[in-house]
Amino acid sequence: MPSQLVRSRKARWSLRYLAIAYVAVLVVVPVGMVFGRAINQGGQAFVDAMTSPDSLHAFQLTAIVAGSAVVINTVFGIVVALLLARYRFPGKRLLNVIIDLPISVSPIVVGLALILVFGFRTGWFGPTLRNAGFQVIFATPGMILATSFVALPLVVRELLPVLQETGLDQEQAARSLGATALQRFRRITVPTIKWALAYGVVLSIARCIGEFGAVRVVSGNVTGKTQTVTLLVDQHAEQFEGGAYQLSVVLILFAALCIVLISFIRPAGARR
Amino acid sequence: MGIAAQHISKQFGGFVALDDVDLDVPSGELTALLGPSGGGKSTLLRIIGGLEEADTGSVVIDGTDSTGVPAQRRNVGFVFQHYAAFKHLSVFRNVAFGLEIRKRPKAEIRARVTELLELVHLDQFADRLPSQLSGGQRQRMALARALAVEPKVLLLDEPFGALDAQVRKELRDWLRRLHDEVHVTTVFVTHDQEEALEVSDSLVVINHGRIEQVGSPNELYDNPRNEFVMSFLGPVTQLNGAMVRPHDIEILTADALGSVEATVTRIQRIGFEVRAELQGGASQPWVQLTRGQAEALDLDVGSVVWLRPASHASTLLPVG
Repeated sequence: MPSQLVRSRKARWSLRYLAIAYVAVLVVVPVGMVFGRAINQGGQAFVDAMTSPDSLHAFQLTAIVAGSAVVINTVFGIVVALLLARYRFPGKRLLNVIIDLPISVSPIVVGLALILVFGFRTGWFGPTLRNAGFQVIFATPGMILATSFVALPLVVRELLPVLQETGLDQEQAARSLGATALQRFRRITVPTIKWALAYGVVLSIARCIGEFGAVRVVSGNVTGKTQTVTLLVDQHAEQFEGGAYQLSVVLILFAALCIVLISFIRPAGARR
Repeated sequence: MGIAAQHISKQFGGFVALDDVDLDVPSGELTALLGPSGGGKSTLLRIIGGLEEADTGSVVIDGTDSTGVPAQRRNVGFVFQHYAAFKHLSVFRNVAFGLEIRKRPKAEIRARVTELLELVHLDQFADRLPSQLSGGQRQRMALARALAVEPKVLLLDEPFGALDAQVRKELRDWLRRLHDEVHVTTVFVTHDQEEALEVSDSLVVINHGRIEQVGSPNELYDNPRNEFVMSFLGPVTQLNGAMVRPHDIEILTADALGSVEATVTRIQRIGFEVRAELQGGASQPWVQLTRGQAEALDLDVGSVVWLRPASHASTLLPVG
């Protein structure tokens, strides 16, 4: 093919093998091993791992934590993306930079930072909140906060380019035709951003369910109380208990489902 | 009635977009706001439509004080340069948008939209998406959409600016005919003097945030108040220190009262038109003739002729 960048047949094949070997060593073999172990241990082990009280609690907690974080980030993401795309205000560039920070900062650091602020002995707000009967650190609210933090930019970064590209013309046309702010949002903005929004939400779900570091620091990792699926996998693995591989398989399958969803959404978004 | 905007001023940062502008648009007329880019004409239109807020001044539309009334309650039709089509809605739903917002009954919406689509010759395209239409069709759809809500005034911001020359000309004629049918008070912004002269009943020339002159197209073309209006509305050359239109210069083969001797330095033919550049005293005027005129005079480079402004010509002595 004349359009190929690398013309030499040898170079092309070696590049291809290199890429395949790289992906194999890093992804396929380790993930395959996890599947292999899970299958080797048999169906009963799988059923046990799925139905143990600790696992059931971990699934439930993961759903609550990830679900809340996704909802929070979706609302926040829409608001901030609209703000950044449509308004000029002092500090706009700073806000734009800060939004990307959570992606680049290590989740462990995020967890520690949250403890500094909300920790109930020495934190800034911690003692006050605790006196009001509200516990953040070592409890679900802290885990939701930590998860929201690490997934913060995902929705914003999907929406912003779409909103910027669309501009304000349609909004203004709708305004001149009598549409109120709410009607414009529902009838113009939402249909415009829906694919980008769906993409951002799926990305967020995948990221939130997989979160480990920040949640580990702020949760206290108490089995049956503040343990999400990822934390439980870690515990099972560390203590050579059964269930680590089976739970991992569930996490991998869920991630795969997200990737399939995204690949369905993406071309639909690109076609517009 | 119509539109009365008074003492409108608007600044963007330190830039003065409009400086104490008064504008009266008579009811039922088609008025053009003409001027160079950045002169403030679009800002004035957007202030009338409520899409921009003036720093000072008032806007009265159809006898109702609309200053401070948000755009969605002004009942003003707005058409944008880049169509502002609702990309996710069909042509039909685009035109129906304003009526759906007003919660009109379905049957009424259907009847009204069908009627409008016929008016703008898009009845066959009702189910298409805007992306399946040409630029000219999209702009006609935008016009139907704006007319659907029976606006008190129709505002068009460079409506043909994004279209190619051929389509622009077609739409111009079509807008003129449409206005003769619909008679809604219309203001349109353009930087194209030919478009303004051809389409409008009255013309407002705006430059540097101020109104330079208001009048009918012929009035402004024939009796421009200043250099800017004169040079913006058509070609201008200098003869004996005065500004005059190049087609308003008479070429004589013998000396006559008030004429200036000149030598032809260059002759250029553009289709039916001939442009003769000359050297006459201190000035280098150019003259616009028809091909027939040029042939009758037997003009050639080096010919010596006498020039004077035609009897009906408008001339203007430049200031300074």
